[in-house]
Amino acid sequence: MTERTKFGTFGGQYVPEVLMPALTELEVAYQQAFTDPTFLKEFEHLLRTYVGRPTPLTFAKRLSDHCGGARIYLKREDLAHSGAHKINNALGQALLAKRMGKQRVIAETGAGQHGVATATAAALLGLECVIYMGEVDMERQKPNVLRMNLLGAEVRPVTSGSRTLKDAINEAIRDWVTNVRNTHYLLGSALGPYPYPQMVRDFQAVIGTEARQQTLDQAGVLPSAVIACVGGGSNAIGIFSAFLQDQDVRLIGVEAGGGGIESGRHASRFADPHRGRLGVLHGTMTYVLQDEYGQIAETHSVSAGLDYPAVGPQHAFLRSIGRAEYTYATDAEALEAFQLLARLEGVLPALESAHAIAEAVKQAPRYTAGQVLLVNLSGRGDKDLDTVLQALSKNESSNQNGRSSDGHHPKH
Amino acid sequence: MDTIQSIEKAFEFARFQNRAALMPYFTIGYPDLLTSLAIVQAIAESGADLIELGIPFSDPLADGPTIQHSTQVALQNGVTLETCLRFVEQLRQKGVTIPLLLMGYYNPIFSYGEERFVQLASGNGAQGVIIPDLPPEEAGELRRACERVGLAMVHLVAPTTPQQRIRFIAERSRGFLYVVSVTGVTGARQSLPPQLLDFIQEVRSVTSLPLALGFGVSTPEQAATYGHYVDGVIVGSALIDVVRRSEHPLQEAAAFIQAMHKALENGRSL
Repeated sequence: MTERTKFGTFGGQYVPEVLMPALTELEVAYQQAFTDPTFLKEFEHLLRTYVGRPTPLTFAKRLSDHCGGARIYLKREDLAHSGAHKINNALGQALLAKRMGKQRVIAETGAGQHGVATATAAALLGLECVIYMGEVDMERQKPNVLRMNLLGAEVRPVTSGSRTLKDAINEAIRDWVTNVRNTHYLLGSALGPYPYPQMVRDFQAVIGTEARQQTLDQAGVLPSAVIACVGGGSNAIGIFSAFLQDQDVRLIGVEAGGGGIESGRHASRFADPHRGRLGVLHGTMTYVLQDEYGQIAETHSVSAGLDYPAVGPQHAFLRSIGRAEYTYATDAEALEAFQLLARLEGVLPALESAHAIAEAVKQAPRYTAGQVLLVNLSGRGDKDLDTVLQALSKNESSNQNGRSSDGHHPKH
Repeated sequence: MDTIQSIEKAFEFARFQNRAALMPYFTIGYPDLLTSLAIVQAIAESGADLIELGIPFSDPLADGPTIQHSTQVALQNGVTLETCLRFVEQLRQKGVTIPLLLMGYYNPIFSYGEERFVQLASGNGAQGVIIPDLPPEEAGELRRACERVGLAMVHLVAPTTPQQRIRFIAERSRGFLYVVSVTGVTGARQSLPPQLLDFIQEVRSVTSLPLALGFGVSTPEQAATYGHYVDGVIVGSALIDVVRRSEHPLQEAAAFIQAMHKALENGRSL
């Protein structure tokens, strides 16, 4: 039996009882909103006049030439207002919060992009806004902390556990448990208890809807593969959702490989055969990195936005039925892809999105010039400059041979 | 010992004494395994009618800072679900006879295997389980496993739970119904919400299960006040605070439980 809260056996509502009525309220509001032309019109109006949608599709000619093989197209979510795809969902849920009469929104953030998006939406719609962010992440994403403050949001540092995204979600849930009557939890990824994974996907589906048509218009064919990075997986599910029926289109999700799977320092829920197992975290049944006793594992990634131990339940489902495949890129590969895109295309990708670029670089030579790879460039990289500079200087001092610095690396 | 019956008997015994039952919560492995064993034994001998034993979890999202801290220390001490199951066995070997309920988050139990967990919990002498992040909708398999061995699966209702849902939850709860006193996480509170009595009455009107009030009850005075209206009072964070602050945790934990017990006795005769 397929329950309405699940994708196959994945998903569900594993939350404290205090929150169950709020989830029901949210479910009703979400379903009514998506069938209410007035709501959809307002949402689309904001996407067009405020976010700047549709975001363009860019043919990455020099990158394609460099790789040899498929033509690579980039869906430019980095050009959405506030710098990432996160704004689509943040605006949608903020509108929903208003509709439910909740004057206060709270959110977690890892890389800071969802925090910035939520603070932006809250400012636009006049909502009180509190953002929970791990202390470690606040350090590595300082510019975004400043942005959130300027947008009028209060950023609360989270000092428990690993002080990253997972702990920020714990703290946001504790706030929600306490203030549920007047507060909407504006969850940033396709995660958490029902209806969040479904609702976030629906707010992000605009990426795929646009990209599918743009690819047909500009390239004349459907893509052979759609590639996106997967932390919780909202940008990926947003772009995948338009292609689910196109059985010939490969859907490839890219997890954070960190220092490599065997190093144990990564966030690849699907790639780690020992610690990546079915489990429950933050209200949902899905693949979770955990130790042999079911304690949630610490994760690592150079990109704060992918540094999370659980994956969105619909991804676990798509993988289980063989509709989508999942791989990973290491920190080093992501950093290399970051530089490659900067030099060849004049685009600084978010380190999260650089994981998808890294996979595209690996896939492209397997295809012909008549074929297309569609990559979701989910966010821009300005926020990552400190991290990238630090990582590069570390590499330089540890790598005496140096690397070719003109972006024309020898092919593997 | 028939397990659910022994929980019912504990409530009956307290009712016979014209007071609410006292149900302390304590985290297994805090501040270390041996001390926690001694503390639980001491509070069992100091007037506790039933005891909740906390299974530590890395991400306790329904808990406030006190229990978070205690579970983190327990994990650092290497406590696992297996440790917790052995803990129950050790308490029984030490002669603790009152009902014991294991309380913890779902993932470690799911990871261990629900059937295996239930078998061992029951075999080692536990009477019930409480899983705060497992609402009845998701508890199907575990509930069936519990019913096969006669382990009580206790569900929770919160102040936000609508009346029809309270009925739905109560029908699925065994042994007693855990009434969450506040819209919030666990932790000692100076005062409980003014609407609490209305909420308790609402719950009472839809179920005949014993009601145990938890989350936030921290002083003997609060226990005395609310003990009037419920069948059991749960005290967790306040007990852990006593242990955390004390240089003689055993004696002071015992003294605290004695004071709570006395307050419940006096409360009824007010």
